[in-house]
Amino acid sequence: MSVKSIVLVVLVIILGALALDSFYIVNEWQRAIVLQFGKVQRDDVQPGLHVKIPIADVVYRFDGRILTLDTPPQRYFTVEKKPLIVDLFVKWRISDTVKKYYESTSGEEQRASNALSERVNEGLRNQIGSRTMHEVISGERDQLMHELTESLNAVMVEQFGMNVIDVRVKRIDLPDEVSSAVFTRMRSERDILARQYRATGQEVALGITADADREAVVLDAEAYREAQRIRGDGDAMATNIYANAYGQDEEIYAFYRSINAYKNVFKPDSGSIVLTEPSGEFFQFLTQKTK
Amino acid sequence: MAWNDDDNKRDPWSQRGDQGPPDLDDTFRKFQQTINSWFGGGGKGSSDGGDGGKRKFISPSLLFIVLGILVLVYAFFGIYQVDAQEKGVVFRFGKVLENTVGPGLHWNPPIVDNVRIVNVTQVKSSKHEGQMLTEDEAIVKVVLVVQYVIDDPIKYLVDIRDAEESLRHATESALRHVVGSSTMDAVITEGREILGFDVQDRLQTYVDRYRTGISVRKVNIDTVGPPEQVQDAFDDVQKAQEDEERTINEANAYAEQVVPEARGKAQRQIEEANAYRDQVIAQAEGDADRFTKLLKEYAAAPDITRERLYIEAMEEVYSNLGIVLVDVEDGNNLLYLPLDQLRRQTGFTSAGPSLSDASSSMDSNRPMSSMQTGRTSSSRGR
Repeated sequence: MSVKSIVLVVLVIILGALALDSFYIVNEWQRAIVLQFGKVQRDDVQPGLHVKIPIADVVYRFDGRILTLDTPPQRYFTVEKKPLIVDLFVKWRISDTVKKYYESTSGEEQRASNALSERVNEGLRNQIGSRTMHEVISGERDQLMHELTESLNAVMVEQFGMNVIDVRVKRIDLPDEVSSAVFTRMRSERDILARQYRATGQEVALGITADADREAVVLDAEAYREAQRIRGDGDAMATNIYANAYGQDEEIYAFYRSINAYKNVFKPDSGSIVLTEPSGEFFQFLTQKTK
Repeated sequence: MAWNDDDNKRDPWSQRGDQGPPDLDDTFRKFQQTINSWFGGGGKGSSDGGDGGKRKFISPSLLFIVLGILVLVYAFFGIYQVDAQEKGVVFRFGKVLENTVGPGLHWNPPIVDNVRIVNVTQVKSSKHEGQMLTEDEAIVKVVLVVQYVIDDPIKYLVDIRDAEESLRHATESALRHVVGSSTMDAVITEGREILGFDVQDRLQTYVDRYRTGISVRKVNIDTVGPPEQVQDAFDDVQKAQEDEERTINEANAYAEQVVPEARGKAQRQIEEANAYRDQVIAQAEGDADRFTKLLKEYAAAPDITRERLYIEAMEEVYSNLGIVLVDVEDGNNLLYLPLDQLRRQTGFTSAGPSLSDASSSMDSNRPMSSMQTGRTSSSRGR
């Protein structure tokens, strides 16, 4: 009884296992091949539920999505022997010949990555080595990457069953020692600019102040001209008035003007001393008496 | 095992990315359970065949109850919920179904179907910053934020491993490409918007090529500027620009002050001239009128008026002066005049301010040639 039931259970388990082993699932994101006693039986199995011979057939599944290879930054030299530090990534996926991929890499992603990495570095070294720094940084970056992708793809599909979809430079940097030189240059460029601004300011300012000063001087001179004219007018008119008045009797004017002038000249407190003969009209009585 | 709500955050790839075996084991175990249950086993997946044998005689009704519970449990694991923001992608035996599952409560048979739920409306953002080379081999620092949504959940799940990391890589590459193709001044002055658009365009083509199923909504350039190492030089340029403006403003202020002042002074000059003219004319008129009036009276008695005017004038004049009378008619004697003393006397009494000047010009101790018998008299003014 118990022996019979044990045998039965074992049998059922074995049968169940076999039944289970005759089905396999390939997920949408996977690529798979089926090996029959080590020989490739089915290449590139489509996603879904499939049937196989238990035990004899072995299924290998690989990640069929687009994968990223991110290599550490490396130093490359441009055609003018300038060093550049380039950090890039590669997008790849297993090609339709899954068999090739399995054969060349044993289906190990790490191995595939290493193979790809070596070839990318080599390809990039050649591409950068034949271009100037300027071309690498700006102008031909697209073309450089395109060429590299194309050539890599051709090689990798054929040898490894890998499609190289894209090679992209994440970063292109200058080594530290070059960077500091760049900073110095940038600094000097800014310095020029700053000086330009300040000098332009001075230039304009001087122009403005000079113009203002000129205007002030001209205004002053014009005012002087006008003022002198007015004064002249006044003098002319005054002269005319004097001439008209005094012209009535010149002799009397001379006398009158003279005595007024004496009074004006010999003011009190002038401290003048006059040595004079006691003669003349004023002293006539003085001298007559003493004589 | 079904993907129910709790499994949302779990990454199935870490579990299922490996080849085959886990899936197979799982299926096998379930299968074994089912087999065992046919034989009246506990349904607990026990591999202990002996137990199963002993329970062989348990009544059929109990068997059905156990079976029913199993079916219920199975059915229960197939229930899941899709939120309004989400879409569910169904993998039937690993093969993806074209139609995604919309929001609501759903049931898919466990084991047969795997359901993976992806948020397709939430706008996520990822931030980048770094220093990079420009076309003219200068270095700029850029900080940007990429906003994106998962547009195509099937692509996102099936076509690429770690779409988000790919997006980050692509962003770095696109940003550096765009910056590397423009000059530093262009990058810094043209500014964020244009740079953002360029990066966005390029980034979208990259992520499309990588079949990430991601749609880039916006690339915001947070900052773009010189790196810290040369920041001060750039700041100085900024300052220089302000200096320029300030210097010009100061000059303008000066001009605004000087010109009106000059205008005012000019006005003053003219007014002063006007005053002078009016003054001179008025004085002339006054003098003229005075003279005319005098002349009229003079004409009435010319001799006496003349005499009177003369004497009056002389009186006034001499009264203001120090006078030395010298009678030189027939004397030839030396006349000694101590002018110093004379002046001092006059100076003392009159305290004339021009005393010293006068004394130096009329030098003292001058011998006078002709001198009369002490007919020297001095009289001081006042």
